[in-house]
Amino acid sequence: MTKTMTGARMVVQALKDQGVEVVFGYPGGAVLPIYDEIFQQNDIRHILVRHEQGAVHAAEGYARSTGKPGVVLVTSGPGATNAVTGITDALMDSIPLVVLTGQVPTFLIGNDAFQEADTVGITRPCTKHNWLVKETDRLAETIHQAFHVAISGRPGPVLVDIPKDVQFATGTYVEPQKARVSHYQPRVKGDADAIAKLAELMETAERPIFYTGGGVINAGPEASRLLRELVAATGFPITSTLMGLGAYPASGKNWLGMLGMHGLYEANLAMHGCDLMINLGARFDDRITGRVTDFSPHSIKAHVDIDPSSINKVIHAEIPIVGDVGLVLADLLAAWTARGRKVNRPALEKWWDKIDAWKRVNCLAYKGSDKIIKPQYALQRLEALTRGRDRYITTEVGQHQMWAAQYLGFEDPNRWMTSGGLGTMGYGLPASVGVQIAHPDALVINVAGEASWLMNMQEMGTAMQFRAPVKQFILNNERLGMVRQWQQLLHGERYSQSWSESLPDFVKLAEAFGCKGIRCANPADLDGAIQEMLDYDGPVIFDCLVEKHENCFPMIPSGKPHNEMLLGEASTEGAIEGAGGALV
Amino acid sequence: MSALKITKGASSHSAYDLRDPHADVIETHTLAVLVDNESGVLARVIGLFSGRGYNIDSLTVAEVDHKGHLSRITIVTSGTPQVIEQIKAQLARMVPVHEVHDLTVEGPSVQRELALFKVAGTGEHRVEALRLADIFRASVVDSTLESFVFEITGTAEKIDAFAELMRPLGLREIARTGVAALARGA
Repeated sequence: MTKTMTGARMVVQALKDQGVEVVFGYPGGAVLPIYDEIFQQNDIRHILVRHEQGAVHAAEGYARSTGKPGVVLVTSGPGATNAVTGITDALMDSIPLVVLTGQVPTFLIGNDAFQEADTVGITRPCTKHNWLVKETDRLAETIHQAFHVAISGRPGPVLVDIPKDVQFATGTYVEPQKARVSHYQPRVKGDADAIAKLAELMETAERPIFYTGGGVINAGPEASRLLRELVAATGFPITSTLMGLGAYPASGKNWLGMLGMHGLYEANLAMHGCDLMINLGARFDDRITGRVTDFSPHSIKAHVDIDPSSINKVIHAEIPIVGDVGLVLADLLAAWTARGRKVNRPALEKWWDKIDAWKRVNCLAYKGSDKIIKPQYALQRLEALTRGRDRYITTEVGQHQMWAAQYLGFEDPNRWMTSGGLGTMGYGLPASVGVQIAHPDALVINVAGEASWLMNMQEMGTAMQFRAPVKQFILNNERLGMVRQWQQLLHGERYSQSWSESLPDFVKLAEAFGCKGIRCANPADLDGAIQEMLDYDGPVIFDCLVEKHENCFPMIPSGKPHNEMLLGEASTEGAIEGAGGALV
Repeated sequence: MSALKITKGASSHSAYDLRDPHADVIETHTLAVLVDNESGVLARVIGLFSGRGYNIDSLTVAEVDHKGHLSRITIVTSGTPQVIEQIKAQLARMVPVHEVHDLTVEGPSVQRELALFKVAGTGEHRVEALRLADIFRASVVDSTLESFVFEITGTAEKIDAFAELMRPLGLREIARTGVAALARGA
């Protein structure tokens, strides 16, 4: 049975057949036929954003919190170029997105037509793949292929550029099952010999560590379950990148906390001193490794990654395993179980003794205050008052993001949405809206800095329109905190352009949007104010006035190895420095 | 600040470590890449090289399977062994790429390039150019009383050598196709 329909209808039909329930978008001239079709159906919900960048970040939030691809629909020219930052963000963090852009009619392409941009040219380096569809008969198949590419292998954003005449013209619709099988079929099953070798090394390792990343989250909930089983059975310590938080619970007994530039002392020193590093779905990012030549110098490294180009890109892996983390974990557990589930228990106990000594440094300690709210304190209180709730956290980018990663505990995967690779200020608010659309009854909080938040604050309108009760928890230090910190530490305290002048009154801003505004400046009032935010049935802008000059520690300055870390003044490092230093 | 243990000059003064961690021996490799012959595929491959800072010494592309819509791109590139491995992995993960072969390491291969040389001159120079062309098995594909166009096929090194010899004899222009290469044997 062949179905004939217009290209515009095909788009909507293809989305329905792909199981899409929500589209984030913004209309414009070159996508009007598709919007006309959206108007005439009720299966797909369209979330009207206020800026195309917001649409992409919202779709990212939706994708990361559900594991399903996010779908974006925007117009040609500025619609597409505004989406570029979000698309690049999704590429860096391996988030599956299908972005549909309108294009000027095929006969006008290349004419500098109104709202024309070379969208496939502009987005070629920031998508996994993209297509310009010039024939209506190819449209449905291309969209199906786009979904396949977005979710297969290492996930990522794809873009389909659809000229307006292709939307108007009539063609034959192809169902997903009847579409040509793509030759793009990345390898997902890990090499059995390498997995066996790793299982063998796990038996004798004296100082092993699991180093996990976003790949575990992307591999689905089963991967997180298997990871927890393996960690519990081996008793090995586990640390994670920013992207991988939640795969192993923060309350778990083997949890060392996040590693990296602002990672925990114990996590970084354990990475530096380990003799077997098991990298599951992380990519040795420069925020993780510090100085590459001094990175974990005495360890054998196993690297599990679904993307072969991640392996040996930065750090040489003695045991490379290309495959889906979930499938590799299942095979690894089976292989290790078949060998009798042995570990080097006496050595492991000594290893934990070292780690426990590092933990006693208490690297997240900070000087408290009863006069001014310390940002760390604000997050500790937020954590305490929301513990036990099914809580989704998004963030903007900067100090607050690192503090959120340090002071909030993530118990489950898909609950933590942050711009890791690209570091996109303005990510958190629209992402929180996307998360809330996917989980209408959940508690969704965007931990923000005031400067980042302003970058996409127009999306409060979206939150209001679609009754998304997102809580905007703004740690307001009237500074670009991370920039200020670098300027203090590395640029002779010359604070070039790093303060937030002429800030809006956030409470009045909330009123202007029609939502609730709360301001808190006194530590004594903080609990009550946070509770008020949590209890309010609707979006809240929480203006939390915090210490203006707080620095984010621990910190590994770039170009430094893991064991040359800067700690805050309140930590107890000096007390065990000799012993701690000698351990690695 | 003392508690922070910052020592002057110890930092790279950058949010990034600016030193090249991969300074190593440079190798030249010939890669054969089989791709879908679709719009933009060459831009995609070239964009990968420019975007990630890889070298292209030579590049040829043409459709080799009309029915299967497949093109073959032959790339001569140079870099450290780690970079060469990265290039291959980055190419292989591109959606329209079917196969990537490193002809430099996958056994013996034949590599050929075609070039056209325009050489202008009279008298002794003209005779000498013709004589050298004969030695190099270059053929004359165009001739006037003052010029020749030679066609020569061979390895890139042979064409480089021929160019050196033609230079003092009135070399005006060179057009080179870039390297085409195939693995030897079945």
